[in-house]
Formats: sequence, C-alpha cells, structure tokens
Amino acid sequence: MLKTFKLGGVHPAENKLSKDKSIGVLAIPKVASIPFSQHLGAPAKVLVNKGDKVRVGQIIAKGEAFISANIHSSVSGKIARIDEVIDTSGYKRPAVIIEVEGDEWEESIDRSKELKKEIRLGQKEIIQKINEMGVVGLGGATFPSHVKLMVPEGKKAEVLIVNGVECEPYLTSDHRLMMEKGEEMLVGTQILMIALGVNKAMIGIENNKPDAISHLAELAKNFSGISVHGLKVKYPQGAEKQLIKALVNREVPSGKLPIEVGTVVHNAGTTYAVYEAVQKNKPLFERVVTITGKSVKNPGNFLVRIGTPVLDLIEAAGGLPEDTGKIIGGGPMMGKALISADVPVVKGTSGILILRENESGRKEVAHCIRCGKCITVCPMGLEPFLLEKLVINGNFEQTQKERVLDCIECGSCHFTCPSGRPLLDYIRYGKSRVSQMMRSKAS
Amino acid sequence: MNIVLLYSVITLGAIGSLSAVILYFVAQKFKVIEDPKIDEVSEVLPAANCGGCGFAGCRAFAETLVNQKNQKGNIDKLRCPVGGNDVMAQVGKILGLDVEEEDPLVAVVRCNGSFANSPKKVSYEGATSCAFAHSLFTGEGGCPFGCLGLSDCVIACGFDAIHINPATGLPEVNEKCVACGACVDACPRKIIELRPKGKKDKRIFVSCVNKEKGGPAKKNCAVACIGCGKCVKVCAFDAITLVNNLAYIDPLKCKLCRKCAPECPTNAIHELNFPPRKEKEGEGVEVKKTPVAKEIAHAATQLISKTDEAVISDGKEDEKPTGGENS
Repeated sequence: MLKTFKLGGVHPAENKLSKDKSIGVLAIPKVASIPFSQHLGAPAKVLVNKGDKVRVGQIIAKGEAFISANIHSSVSGKIARIDEVIDTSGYKRPAVIIEVEGDEWEESIDRSKELKKEIRLGQKEIIQKINEMGVVGLGGATFPSHVKLMVPEGKKAEVLIVNGVECEPYLTSDHRLMMEKGEEMLVGTQILMIALGVNKAMIGIENNKPDAISHLAELAKNFSGISVHGLKVKYPQGAEKQLIKALVNREVPSGKLPIEVGTVVHNAGTTYAVYEAVQKNKPLFERVVTITGKSVKNPGNFLVRIGTPVLDLIEAAGGLPEDTGKIIGGGPMMGKALISADVPVVKGTSGILILRENESGRKEVAHCIRCGKCITVCPMGLEPFLLEKLVINGNFEQTQKERVLDCIECGSCHFTCPSGRPLLDYIRYGKSRVSQMMRSKAS
Repeated sequence: MNIVLLYSVITLGAIGSLSAVILYFVAQKFKVIEDPKIDEVSEVLPAANCGGCGFAGCRAFAETLVNQKNQKGNIDKLRCPVGGNDVMAQVGKILGLDVEEEDPLVAVVRCNGSFANSPKKVSYEGATSCAFAHSLFTGEGGCPFGCLGLSDCVIACGFDAIHINPATGLPEVNEKCVACGACVDACPRKIIELRPKGKKDKRIFVSCVNKEKGGPAKKNCAVACIGCGKCVKVCAFDAITLVNNLAYIDPLKCKLCRKCAPECPTNAIHELNFPPRKEKEGEGVEVKKTPVAKEIAHAATQLISKTDEAVISDGKEDEKPTGGENS
C-alpha cells in the first residue's frame, strides 16, 4: 500500500507529455529583463547602474531584508536601462534590462561538468553561501531557501523532506532533473542535511515516475541517511503540509511552519540549485522549465536563463500553436495565465503550458447546489463554499474564523465544483483581505 | 385542589409585584437620559441608513448632530448627503441653527476606457468582483488604472443610481445618485469621485486616472490623459493641476469656462450638460448630453481620424496623395 495524505485531494489527468524529453539548453536571449522581485518577501535592492557592464553570475541586486534573496545577472553585456516592465499580471514592476554581448562568466564559477561529492563547508558557511547565491524554492512559491535552513531557537529539525512529487499535471522539469542530475541532487540533499543538522532525509516521488524512483533509489544507496519513497498519485501531494502527512504522518498545526513537527521541506529542483551554489559557486540564474501543451509541436524541458522572454521558449518548442487559448505560467492547477508572452522567465517559472482554446475556457457559473464536493476534496479540511459566501458578503471576521488563511490555493475545490463556481478566486481575495485586516490590527 | 391554586396565585402575584418594584428602581437608577431632539432629528432624516454621512446609520448621525450641537454649539462638517440642503435646513430648524447651503455632490466616473477606446487584449472569466480582478491583473483593456467593469460599484449602490452600460462596459451614474459615497469606497481603483453637481448639472472633469507617462497610457487607451499639460496652461483660474502625469480639475476653483476641453489632444476632458459649441454645430448638438452619446461620438471621430491617417500614410508610401481615395 503506497503512502499518501488522508484528507481530500483530486486526480486530474496527468498529461505528462514531455517526461521523456531530455533537458535541452535554450539559446541565450538578445535582451534579458530581470525583475528585482522574483521571490517571496521584500524586493532586492539594485546595485548596478545604467551603462554598466555585467558578467554572467554577477550580483545585480541584493536582498537586504530578512526574507529576501539576491538577484544575479543571467547574461553578460551592458545594462540598457533600469525600468519597469510588465509582469504576468500586466502591472509594471522594476527590472534590469540587459543587452546581451557574448557569454562571459564570472571566473569564480566552476563550469566543469565533473561531480563534486566532497562537502567542505560547515553548517553556517553553507547557509551563508545559499543566501549569497540567491537560491529560492524552485517549486513555485520561491521562498528564500536560506531562511528555511535557519531553524528557530527552541525548535529542532529531525528530518529533511525532499519534494520530488511534481503533482501538477503537465510539468516534468523536476522529473527530468531527477533522471539526469540525480547524483548532484543527492549531494545537494546532503548539503541541506548538514545545514539543518539532521541525519535523515526522505525523498518523496509520486508513483507515476517509476523510472525516477528506481533511479534515485539506486543512487541513494551510496548516500547514508537518504531514502526514496514512492507515493500514490494524488493532487496536491506536492504541497508542503500534505507531503509531510504522507511521508512521516505528522500534521502541521494551523498557521504553523513544518519545523513545528520537526520537518523541513525543500523542492527537488532546489537541491540541484543548492548543489550548484555550494559546490560549483554558481548563483541561481538559470533553471529548468517545461514547455508543454497538447497543440505544442515539440513539448520539452529546457535549461533557461532567468530573464529570457517566454516567447523565446515557445519558439524553441515549435512556435505558438494557432488554436492557443491561454498561456499559463506554471501548471494547470495552480499556474497563472500570462497577460503577454513577452514576460520574462523568473526563478519561480516551473513551466509554460499552452492550452488550446477549447480546453482553456471556464465552465459557465451556476448556483451552488450544496453537494459538498468542495469540502470532500479540500486537503486542508476547509469549507470552500462557505468561505466563498462569506467573502462575497464581506464578512471577513468570520472568514478568518473559518481558517481561510490555511488555504493552500491548490484549486481542488474549483476543479471539482459541478457548478463551476470560482471558489478559489473569492478565497484568494478573502485571504488577502484577512491578512490585511490582521496587519492593521497588529499595528 | 383549590388551596393549591390559591397558593400559586398568591406566590406568583407576590413574585410579580416584587419584581415590578425592583424593576422600577433599577429603571430609575440606570435611566438613559436622551435628548428628545435626537428623536425629532432622526424623524426628518431620510432613514436610508446608507452611511454616506460617515456614521453607522441615520440614528447614529442624529445623535452626533445633537451631541455636537450641545457640546460645541455648531454642526460644522456634519452633513447628510442624501437629504441635501432641504433636510439640513430642517435639522437646523430643530436645533435652532442656521445651516449654510452647500452645492450638492454627485458621483462622477473618471474613466472612459470603453470597449471602443480601450479594446480587449485578454479575456477574463474569473470571479465577478473588481476587488479580486484588481489584485489579479491590469484588466482586459490593459490599463492598470482603468475601470474593470465588474460591477462592484453597482452592488455597493443602495439607490439604484449606478449601472454598467453594456455597450461601453463602463458604469454610468443616473439622476438618482445622492452622493453617499458607497461606490467611491467600493471601487478598488478609486475611479469614482464625488464632485459638486454644478449649476444646471454642468460639470467639467478629467475622465481618466492613469498616472503612467503619455506613451504607455495611450498604448492601452485612446482617451487617456497623457499629462501633456496643455489644459494647465490654458486655465486662467489655476484650477488644473498636473501630478504624476495626470491632470486634475479642482471643482471648487473651476469656473466652467470650457477653455480646457478643446485643448486636450486625447479628449480626456469631459464637459457634461453644456450647450453645444458654436464651431461644431450640426454634429455636436446631441453629443454632449449623456456620456453614452459622447462615447459613440468619440469612437466615430477616432475611426474617422484613423482612416484619415491611413489614407495619408498610404499616399506617402505610394507618393500619390490621391491613391488612397481611389482605392
């Protein structure tokens, strides 16, 4: 009997079209626009000026706040301007726009392909290094990784959980990374174990990737303390709290972090970024992105420099299909439709999904028929239909009492609603209003 | 049996009388002394409980009015926008004060990004809530400041005074508006403003709240304020200010001279309920009455000017000025 989490969950069609396509390298763009805020927390503070020459891997913005991350140049060339460019929502955000000249890397970066297994740095230096290299969680939430490694006083980490679940349909970037860079990822996992001071790590992978499970399990034999676990396929298993429940059968209390139950979760992609940062001195300026969709000619996985326009990626996969209805940044469940294909790939872009016109539309909205399906599938045990109603009526105090902030925005409620009600839209709005309310009460 | 009945009656009667006596003294002790004027004042208030005065309903407003009168001897800055001058005069009569007449206000929608002026670039199917859509993206037309057209103001209005025009996708305020300000608070983009109604409903205002520079603003909307400052220069009364690439006409300083509107290169300045201009007779007669008509007229002029441009540019390419007309 395979492990999984208990409460709720759905199983959308997997559509992993690009799971056998090995990771290609996307050409360096002509112009790269690198936003200052690619992570959760405060935007980074810019360090360069217009006209400056930069090299690949050079720091261009420094994350000064506690929760923030450094941003490095992904290309070499001249800074054309520091301006505002539209992000996925269409709003303008500050970014550095670099005109690319050649491909000169910082000399400190080790560009050799050779695997470096020996870990020389100690706990503090590792965290310092990860901070310097601007590593953030690559699963999509982009939480600065070094912050997660600093265990608060009075708490103790017992086990590191590596999230190789990739429960979003279509996405395969972590899958391919596990197949191709398995050893590096395991070294990265070891580095994280040292940083946390734990001697046990569990890698969770869903059962729809049997090749990755057996491959990593084979490799893990040479690494002490790391075990690989196959999990039953169920969305949203890749969510932190659900994965903890599935692997170690512990429940994170409402409003608390995983460290409360002695666990820390890092994404599989992050372990590779950590390996590169610590062993190869390479900042996070490129990542693996899946480009996929049923009408896309060549769905695939590409190593993409941050700041490359999404359009370049689409071109590499055979151009934009004629029947395109939506371009989504991320997976179909949690991803967000892009307002334009000119937006840059950022640290949190795990995939670009192109949906056909006939599959991209939403269902027509009808009345709630009180079937309770949303309650059945909610992995956090919430009542989405009730939250929706409370938000529509503007009763945010009650919304808070109904634990709206526990919502992980997985979208299972909206996915399953037979009336097509935009439950998650209202819940998201309710979350932002409730946290606003709490902030104003606190101050 | 009878004795049981008798005892019951006597005990209950005794308890009743005792309670009555206790209640009497408690009522005397904790008596709430209320100014009888509060009742009189709330009698004349409209009882709409809209909150437009800034208080929780008409009763709360009446209490504030009477308390302020008793403490400070005036009712400055307190005003019922729904009742307007009539109601305030009655309130003044009850409280024995002279209330100054004020220009009534009306809600003004400062966005003209209709389907024609700001064509759809993306389509939105999410929750019908401006507040949510605002947090999600810039809007179907692409303007990060413009109206989202998802009816938050319509839902907020308790007077049936604001509706979305399906032809333009923009809200329109009708004569039922009492300036309670509910729509102003509901709009996540602060597009709606309360402005003086003006004599004979004549109003001049900048129908745009876009703070972007000219280029980006114009890219998303044909009638955006581009912050060129022409109106500021032409205004003789210092009524127009230009902040963050956006012109604003101060209704208290504006003398409705109408000099600014024709200066605006993007037709962002709207004049409502004015007689037609002399130069544009014939075409302009019906145009100014309602924003809808104005809308259509705008679209029409836009189309005309576009075709003109096309003709000219075609001609330039072919070096035959008349080429466009022939084809």
